[in-house]
Amino acid sequence: MKRFHQAKWDEPVIFELSTEGERGILIPKTEKEIEESVGDGLSVLPEKMIRKKPPSLPEISQMRVLKHYLRLSQECLGADLNIDIGQGTCTMKYNPKINEVFVRSPKASELHPLQDEGTVQGSLEIMYRLDLFLREISGMDRFTFQPGGGSQAIFGMVSIIHAYHKLKGEDKRDEIITTIFSHPSDAAAAAVKGYKVITIYPDADGLPDIEALKKAVSEHTAGLLITNPEDTGIFNPHIAEFTKIVHEAGGLCGYDQANANGILGITRAKEAGFDLCFFNLHKTFSSPHGCGGPATGALGVKKELIPFLPVPVVDYDGKKYSLNYDLPSTIGKIREFYGVFPAVLRAYAWIMGLGAEGLKEVANVAVLNNNYVLNRIKKIRGASFSFPKTENRIEQVRYSWEELTKDTGVTTEDIIRRMADFGFHLWTSHHPFIIPQPFTIEPTESYSKKEIDEYLDTLENIAKEAYENPEKVKNAPYNSVVHKIDQSMLDDPEKWAITWRSYLKKHRNNSGGT
Amino acid sequence: MRSKKKIIHPYIPNSVPEVKEEMLREIGVKDIDELYAAIPENLRFRGDMNLPDPILSEYALKRHVEKILSKNKTCEENISFLGGGCWQHYVPAVCDEINQRAEFLTAYAGEPYEDHGRFQALFEYQSLMAELLDMDAVNVPTYDWAQAAATSIRMTSRITGRDEVLLQDIIFKDRFLVIKNYCTPVVKIKTVKHDPETGMMDIEDLKSKISSNTAAVYFENPSYLGFIETHGENISSIAHENGALSIVGVDPISLGVIVPPSHYGADIVCGDIQSLGVHMNCGGGLGGFIATPDEEKFVMEYPSRLFGITKTIEGEYGFGDVAYERTSFAEREKGKEFVGTMAALWGITAGVYLALMGPKGMQELGKTIMQRSQYAMKKISEIDGINAPFFKSPHFKEFVVDFNETGKSVKSINRSLLKYGIFGGIDLSREFPELGNSALYCVTEIHTKEDIDRLAQSLREVLR
Repeated sequence: MKRFHQAKWDEPVIFELSTEGERGILIPKTEKEIEESVGDGLSVLPEKMIRKKPPSLPEISQMRVLKHYLRLSQECLGADLNIDIGQGTCTMKYNPKINEVFVRSPKASELHPLQDEGTVQGSLEIMYRLDLFLREISGMDRFTFQPGGGSQAIFGMVSIIHAYHKLKGEDKRDEIITTIFSHPSDAAAAAVKGYKVITIYPDADGLPDIEALKKAVSEHTAGLLITNPEDTGIFNPHIAEFTKIVHEAGGLCGYDQANANGILGITRAKEAGFDLCFFNLHKTFSSPHGCGGPATGALGVKKELIPFLPVPVVDYDGKKYSLNYDLPSTIGKIREFYGVFPAVLRAYAWIMGLGAEGLKEVANVAVLNNNYVLNRIKKIRGASFSFPKTENRIEQVRYSWEELTKDTGVTTEDIIRRMADFGFHLWTSHHPFIIPQPFTIEPTESYSKKEIDEYLDTLENIAKEAYENPEKVKNAPYNSVVHKIDQSMLDDPEKWAITWRSYLKKHRNNSGGT
Repeated sequence: MRSKKKIIHPYIPNSVPEVKEEMLREIGVKDIDELYAAIPENLRFRGDMNLPDPILSEYALKRHVEKILSKNKTCEENISFLGGGCWQHYVPAVCDEINQRAEFLTAYAGEPYEDHGRFQALFEYQSLMAELLDMDAVNVPTYDWAQAAATSIRMTSRITGRDEVLLQDIIFKDRFLVIKNYCTPVVKIKTVKHDPETGMMDIEDLKSKISSNTAAVYFENPSYLGFIETHGENISSIAHENGALSIVGVDPISLGVIVPPSHYGADIVCGDIQSLGVHMNCGGGLGGFIATPDEEKFVMEYPSRLFGITKTIEGEYGFGDVAYERTSFAEREKGKEFVGTMAALWGITAGVYLALMGPKGMQELGKTIMQRSQYAMKKISEIDGINAPFFKSPHFKEFVVDFNETGKSVKSINRSLLKYGIFGGIDLSREFPELGNSALYCVTEIHTKEDIDRLAQSLREVLR
């Protein structure tokens, strides 16, 4: 086992670093001529609108601010440092550094979205070309990059479904069907749009139950929002039948392809009968996750649904790229402006570096790696994988420590904390925990066999340790940034503190604030 | 020409044939294709994706992408007066240093142990924003201001059990459309007229429209068109008297000099953090915030992650999710709206920004923006046929320039300004036809006296 210890700086909360009078940065001083011309600038405001007591921000010199945040960064384990295969569903792959060079260029970062089209031909070209690429990869007919993440893309899909039925005068359609192994947002975003949500559970083989779907559809069906392969890594071979059943009932089918990493160039939304789909550019297409955004859910639709897309879309007349706001049935906007351009730029560069064969190689190796992991985990005492009748998996697998928990009392949360002692991250699964004591691994294409083995050796050792010395695992971590956390403060309104000022009020009897 | 030779791609270590062979052997299959056995033949894509041949070397890829990007003309190479939802402010070097750190850039969903730093940095972001806003609860950022406003509205609808919201009619079109789409068909939107003289909310119209169905009244400060709503207290009171809540959208960079909305009755405050240390990124720099009192009735309605501080068994500071059970991650469609990947990295960045600025920095910054924008209005108004600001109110950072008397369209004026290396303000003729030929100009701390004088001089020449 690796003798790992994560950085531990015992860094104070930033307010504790404040020393009255220190400055982190100075502001451009107003020129004398301007001051002479307009005065202090504030006297135009009514007295009641002027902030007299400045905000109680800390006062810290520049190097100390830098140091504080550098230390916090060291206390965080990004994919660049980790063998980040333990965050299933999220495709923690390599985010190429050359792409960061592109997005940091002023040619990308110092652009205002409402500049004259003639001054942003480069950006528009990238957006237009990525749209063409994604059409090939999905079989859809047009993409928008407006959604700022997968969940917003799901909301975009369900908004289009809503607008489509409304235009047809089918107001009765008030139900969206999804599956329990599709992302929680497939259910949640539908509910935001006012839909009743029907959730299909798996059959004995782990496939969404087609009989349950047949019972679920009716004249109330607005659409289907579904992942495939699902979070179990099982590909639903009856997916075309699913979309057919929903179409026959008059609904539309939206494909959650947030994670398409195992099927690039292998199978597409179009052939499976979907009307809409989306890809997370921050998952499959290599844009970094950034601690949880900024990101892009690239949303594609079939020809019939193009008029419903959010505006604008990028057009090209052979000479000039332009923004087209003229879509007759548009749902309007999902996000301000055009979305997260840096994510679009990175995805473009990533695809350009790989080409069609390279994309297939990504999928092939992601699937190879995943089945290699599966094969090794099968041999770990106390571990099992969901729905063992379905042997091969696509890009990830949902596993279980149920047996280990029964044998030792050590839970999946305990193992996750113990993994941190070796510089690794492991994740459970989305809720509800249909698979008891779950953990989900997705190795992607980015890690070598040696690295995957290193990760699995550690996991295997911890499972062994759970049998030999369960208390050791239960009280982990020991070599991480901090020790086991007191959860009780986080769920009690009397005790929780979402801000430092709240913490001072509740726990240090300090009235605080301005 | 597609090469027949197998490429060992630097991003795909196990594309080495020998390694592949070894792994296949261990799994017990002959070919990777066997692992796709579950995908029926009719769903297998056997065609060719029509993609360009790959640019394999990193150097060649760099040349290719940079060639395309070089067609862009930036706000650094020109002087830009564009704002309206995305603003050019100075980004301190430390902000970029921190958000480019691999640890933050490539982190995602780690636990409060190995990702302690991510939790702490975002908790600190929430805490720093809380001081700026003078409110006790702030979320991990959502997508943008529009989403923050839309969610704030849905929160008030759940809190009050009412299904109608009153919106100030002067609002960024994009934001309005996002709100509208997000609220349809659950919450109805009605707009409240503005006073044509000042731009501020028409109080009589508000009184006539507010009812026992109203969940909230939403307005912005500074407004989309730059003027400051000085009747916030009155608007909030009217909302409260009718059992509704007051939501105020705010550009946080104004809060060093202007009172925060919590001082004039706002129950929920929202807005965008792009102005706080994030590059415009062609609109990709946006990030939305929501702030409320630290009361259960508000906190339990957030869809967002809320990071809280706690202790560890060793007495260290620890961090974690507050009231996770309210989220869609925990409860799917029974959770509050939905949560997912939004704009966390910009939250960390805005935290760094506020830590650098401190109270004095925010004060000085607010003041110089007020001064510079007033100077710009004054200089521009000296030109025959141009009036600025259009609305007779105090302004912050942005203001409407009225070109109606010049007889020229904003479009043609802006085209001409381009030749002077100037990006003129946003053409409002489509968004606000009633303003005729008017443009929204944005002046921040980055605009020197020389830049502003050059604008005035160029406008003179363009209109000659």
